[in-house]
Amino acid sequence: MSEHKPREVLLAPIFANNPIALQILGICSALAITTKMSTTVTMCIAVIFVMTFSNFFVSLIRNIIPSNIRIIVQMTIITALVILVDQVLQAFAFQLSRELSVFVGLIITNCIVMGRAEAFAMQNPPLISAVDGFGNALGYSVVLLIVGFCRELFGSGSLFGVQIMPLSTEGGWYVANGLMLLPPSAFFLIAGFIWVLRTFRTEQVESEEFEIGPNTRVSPAF
Amino acid sequence: MFEEYLSLFIRAVFVENLALAFFLGMCTFLAISKKVETAFGLGVAVIVILALTVPINNLVLHNFLDEGALAWTGIAALETVDLRFLGLMCYIGLIAASVQILEMVLDKYVPALYNALGVFLPLITVNCAILGGSLFMVERNYDFGESVVFGFGGGVGWALAIVLLAAIREKLKYSDVPHGLRGLGIVFLITGLMSLGFMSFAGVQL
Repeated sequence: MSEHKPREVLLAPIFANNPIALQILGICSALAITTKMSTTVTMCIAVIFVMTFSNFFVSLIRNIIPSNIRIIVQMTIITALVILVDQVLQAFAFQLSRELSVFVGLIITNCIVMGRAEAFAMQNPPLISAVDGFGNALGYSVVLLIVGFCRELFGSGSLFGVQIMPLSTEGGWYVANGLMLLPPSAFFLIAGFIWVLRTFRTEQVESEEFEIGPNTRVSPAF
Repeated sequence: MFEEYLSLFIRAVFVENLALAFFLGMCTFLAISKKVETAFGLGVAVIVILALTVPINNLVLHNFLDEGALAWTGIAALETVDLRFLGLMCYIGLIAASVQILEMVLDKYVPALYNALGVFLPLITVNCAILGGSLFMVERNYDFGESVVFGFGGGVGWALAIVLLAAIREKLKYSDVPHGLRGLGIVFLITGLMSLGFMSFAGVQL
């Protein structure tokens, strides 16, 4: 069994091997709920909870899962955890659960959760798997929080619903950027995040499928 | 009646596009959109599965899970049972099962289509667009007819989006993209721009 240092397992997914920026996993349910910090944070906590425990439990029973039905077993564990989160949210934070609408349920099909259960938890002991789940969920949360921060701050001039920059519609100086509240802005922000990340970590830049040759056409003499 | 369905269909395809307005199925959307051909195959698979699973889940919701839905059994104890908390588990189970069944049926009767879709079918189980379709159906209280239209329309919208993106990406091979943006970054930007384009459909009503 390969050795994993807890520290590495925890920190690597945040920048070096970020699940969203590098592995394109789990973007599905993430972007629609980042218009406000309150929903973003709730989503992050939910994902951290589900991932840590799903990795832990999958890893606990990894030796007795028959390999041809493992996907269904993992799915059942994840679904049970998500139902738990959903019910708790509906009971204690009904307003938030309304705003998140279907996206809590969609954590089930969030590819990071399944991906880590399949790729890490099936091969490693429970504790380190839980750390791995936690680390990956953190990496996911970092991206989500950055996107959520930008979208709420620039889109409505507030953070967690508290007005930071007074809006011009209410007599302040800040003209809200409506684009930030619309779906496309999330894509632009993530593209920017990836660009910045890859500028500093050049090893993540994807290699070209082929090189574009230099322009060999003889320029006409004017 | 017919106009209502048509309007719902148009809304599901353009205005509330599952991929571009709700970000559903993004993982596969970004990963499998390098070639128009494969994107088209995946798109067709998504249409079929969505058009099947949304109505099936609608039937399950109204006949088993909803509060008082079990009244048809005639057992007094079951008449007030509310099983909606089991919803997520049932939907995902049904989706996985119907994908599996469809795979077997296609393999037996339409091998040509099976070979074309083969790789994508198992992938679809964990595509958020599929589960998302069912969850939206539950949240918006669609009846059976509406859920058929919504399932099919949602699938068509998703397929349309992925084929368009694949077409753009094929052309993009020849352009000189800044280093850090290569690959994933530029795809995100394009998806954002496409999403902006689709927003111009907002408010379209029939």
